[in-house]
Amino acid sequence: MIRSRSRYLLYIPLVLAALFFLLPMYVMLVTGFKSFAEVNLQTMWDLPQAGIKLDNFKEAYRNLAPSLGNSFLMVIPAAVISSILGSINGYILAKWKFKGADVIFPLILFGMFIPYQSILIPLVSFMRQIGLYGSIPGLVLTHVIYGIPITTLTFRNYYATIPKELLEAARIDGAGIIRIFTKVLLPISLPSFVVVLIWQFTSAWNDFLFAVALTKPEAWPVTVALNNMAGSQIIAWNVQMAGSFLAALPTLVVYIFLGNYFLRGMMAGSLKG
Amino acid sequence: MRKRVDKERLLGVVMISPSILAVAIFIYYFILWSARVSVSKWTGLMPDYTYVKLQNFIGLFHDPRFSIDIRNTLLFTLLFVSGSLIVGLILAILLDQDLKGESFFRSLFIFPMAISYIVTGVAWRWLMNPAAGGRISGLNLLFDKLGLDFLINSWYTTRVWGIAFIAIPAIWQMSGYVMALYLGGLRSIPQEIREAARVDGATEVEIYRHIILPMIRPITLSALIILGHMSLKVFDLIYSIAGKQVALDVPAIYMWQVTFDGLFYGRGAAIGILLLISVAVLIIPYMRYSLKTEESL
Repeated sequence: MIRSRSRYLLYIPLVLAALFFLLPMYVMLVTGFKSFAEVNLQTMWDLPQAGIKLDNFKEAYRNLAPSLGNSFLMVIPAAVISSILGSINGYILAKWKFKGADVIFPLILFGMFIPYQSILIPLVSFMRQIGLYGSIPGLVLTHVIYGIPITTLTFRNYYATIPKELLEAARIDGAGIIRIFTKVLLPISLPSFVVVLIWQFTSAWNDFLFAVALTKPEAWPVTVALNNMAGSQIIAWNVQMAGSFLAALPTLVVYIFLGNYFLRGMMAGSLKG
Repeated sequence: MRKRVDKERLLGVVMISPSILAVAIFIYYFILWSARVSVSKWTGLMPDYTYVKLQNFIGLFHDPRFSIDIRNTLLFTLLFVSGSLIVGLILAILLDQDLKGESFFRSLFIFPMAISYIVTGVAWRWLMNPAAGGRISGLNLLFDKLGLDFLINSWYTTRVWGIAFIAIPAIWQMSGYVMALYLGGLRSIPQEIREAARVDGATEVEIYRHIILPMIRPITLSALIILGHMSLKVFDLIYSIAGKQVALDVPAIYMWQVTFDGLFYGRGAAIGILLLISVAVLIIPYMRYSLKTEESL
């Protein structure tokens, strides 16, 4: 630790870095809050002069509202179901190791890292075959399944830290595999559920590849709709900026309130508990 | 008792089997299916699994566009990974100095991780607006106002080197993650070690250089692998900044275009399989290492 007064000089690089990190947010917000009349690429760095106007946000919302709704409809079940599956898998892999579990676990984990381009053609064909192509349920199923590796890992690592004695005490009381899970482990799993729910919420919300490959326009989540809006010549850049902010807002709010849990999910993603 | 345990263990297998089945189908069966498409003639809407040996792969290596892709991926990876490591390490060391406001800065540096690459792409596309003269805007306009004219450039539309500029938003998005990894490592080094070195007369810089940095080297390796494998897969960010320009093409975008726009399924699958192999080369040793060290704990 650098002691001495020159410590305060350390704020210079920190503040510069902070400005760099805030740049896109600043532009999104100052642009978003200008009136249509005031928007001009050549004054994009200036603060709104004529007071705060919501024109851009209203226009962006008008464009993105259906897809924002789709995103919520898709993300909530995807996060909940993959978390439940992860907790069951983690429990079995941590406390009821069966023959072959040591092979199965890394095979599940590997799924977390694969480039989805390597399964995309079969995925699309398969979804067409089972009649889920184009729809929100198809996208939910996809996120649930490709979420299994990380949710399983997080719960397995957590349950591995629970002392054996706790489970054995429950066994002596006559509890079986399911009762031990529901009565002993689930009640103390809330923090892990928060970690996993947030992580799955964020990654499903932010996903673009699966969404663009598997959904039709009426089921588009917000990432696809935003990308299309940004690619069109009709919608002005200021509305795109406001739209970007709207698309980022839900995950940002989650991050602001539950940042530490988010961080733990992030670490799990690199196999660092 | 023994019997009861066996029965319950079986129930455990039943409980986990839906997930195992799902992973078996959606990951391993699909990979095999892709591999089969990659050696097939399939072009057009109707599947055609006629075996054509490695023709799709050979075709790719003779395809100038795929050479551009490999070159772009290597350049992007080099800049993105080294940039994120350097920025992340510097931020971690700064935040390790016990300054006031640390948690604010920490949260600020990590927040881009919570945002979609599409949002990042849309915002940075306007920040990196290449328009010149009277239509100058974005960062170029800011540089102009601040008298930093020498920094004005054409960003991702720069000829030949355009892809290098895509690394800037990518570093913006991921360096906070590297910072968090390093900060975790720095925090796990006991204060006594630093104190002891200080007593021995080491300067702060020497302590970092000779004691702390060597101790957090394993973190550099993890970060390198995680960022490296992300970089091989990069798609959304480039797609949202630049669309499908060949100059900024990478394998993931080529795969998308050749498959779903061009309907050359065989070739698209071949790109997917090549991506998978390159990621596996990085990730499998890493997973073995991580799982092994975890067991020894």
